[in-house]
Amino acid sequence: MAIADLANPSRFLKFANRTLPWLGGLTVIAFAFGINQAAIAPDDYQQGATVKIMFLHVPSAWLGMLAWGVMTIAALGTLVWRHPLADVTAKAAAPIGAAFTLMCLITGSLWGRPMWGTYWVWDARLTSVLLLFLLYLGVIALWRTVEDPSRAARAAAILTLVGAIDLPIIKFSVDWWNTLHQPASVFRLGAPTIDRSILIPLLIMAVAFTLLFFTLLLAAMRNEILRRRVRTLRLLQANAAS
Amino acid sequence: MTALAAVLVRDMRIAVRVGGGALMGVLFFLVVATLVPFALGPDLALLQRIGPAILWLAALLASLLALDRLFAADHEDGSLDLILTGRTPLELVVLVKGVAHWLTTGVPLIVAAPLIGLMLNLDARAAGALVLTLLVGTPALTFIGLIGAALAVTLRRGGLLLAVLVLPLAVPVLIFGVAAANAAVIGPVPFGTPFTILCALTLASLVVGPFAAAAALRQEIE
Repeated sequence: MAIADLANPSRFLKFANRTLPWLGGLTVIAFAFGINQAAIAPDDYQQGATVKIMFLHVPSAWLGMLAWGVMTIAALGTLVWRHPLADVTAKAAAPIGAAFTLMCLITGSLWGRPMWGTYWVWDARLTSVLLLFLLYLGVIALWRTVEDPSRAARAAAILTLVGAIDLPIIKFSVDWWNTLHQPASVFRLGAPTIDRSILIPLLIMAVAFTLLFFTLLLAAMRNEILRRRVRTLRLLQANAAS
Repeated sequence: MTALAAVLVRDMRIAVRVGGGALMGVLFFLVVATLVPFALGPDLALLQRIGPAILWLAALLASLLALDRLFAADHEDGSLDLILTGRTPLELVVLVKGVAHWLTTGVPLIVAAPLIGLMLNLDARAAGALVLTLLVGTPALTFIGLIGAALAVTLRRGGLLLAVLVLPLAVPVLIFGVAAANAAVIGPVPFGTPFTILCALTLASLVVGPFAAAAALRQEIE
């Protein structure tokens, strides 16, 4: 089956129903393995056991940004090809991305308390991630304000494209400004600055989080397609009754 | 060119006449700036330190005021449909409408700022820096606001949504505007660094704003 075939919502539903159990199973296995690896990873020589917050904090930050990236690509699909499935993807990804971003903020402040002595500082990395969270809420608010789904999709797509400017700001905020948040330690020129014993569990957790994201996204997209069908049926019913 | 000039003159006329938002903005600016000393207490040293931040915040909120009517009023009386079907590129019309909005709501704020700054115990140097940053920064607020105004054009409760959509995008402008205004007074960063970033933000929003707003208008009105 070619990818283009998935553009048909009925085919997509079939694909989603068939794929979801496998994807869910893989997610569970990846999390079981990742959490196990994270648990047996050695403590940091300075931070002690609190370093393990990282195994939740860093992947949720990555996924919070990845979700906006997915929404940006979907926004292009909405505006350029007027594709209904792109609308559905963008709408489904927004609350999931917001949840990951919120988790990143919460775990970050819980980690900041013992390490920096404060739950929150107004430093560039933290502020730009908070902005991303607010942008997510704005997009969700926009989706909830416009009644017609395809018009809401186009409005949200434009906001998503404009908001995508925040992604490079988040990524490079630690390089452009002197921040309390540490600079990039995994995706950087040269080798990662994290020891293998911690880096490998972190990457496994990142894979698990990514699988979780796509499982949730697929399920949310399926629900959204069904919700739209219900809406159309209701409208037809109301028209027939009047 | 004449079409664009006509739009500019028309928008400015509408803004200054009865029911327009030009004076409302500066009045709101004044009221917000007056409220702050009541909330914080009339400690002149404190007011001097946070004065630029107060004025910037008031300018940001005041620039939001008239925005929700910017395209919505044109949509209701049908002139937006004329603009959309006209031969003048929509992006340019949007840009000109933004300029008209800035001239009628942004410029009065900038003129009023030193006066209110006096009440907040700003000295001449700080007031000068503040006016300079407002002069450079408020166009960015307007042009970022255009995007929100265009997105909310057909909504009944557009004003509320507008604030939610626009304010997060305006945060960088606020950060560098206040940073530049403060740098001129207390340092330690030289004034030029945040000020040039503020200029860059304005130039970028001058490009991104009209294009995004025009795209949004085309999508909304079909």
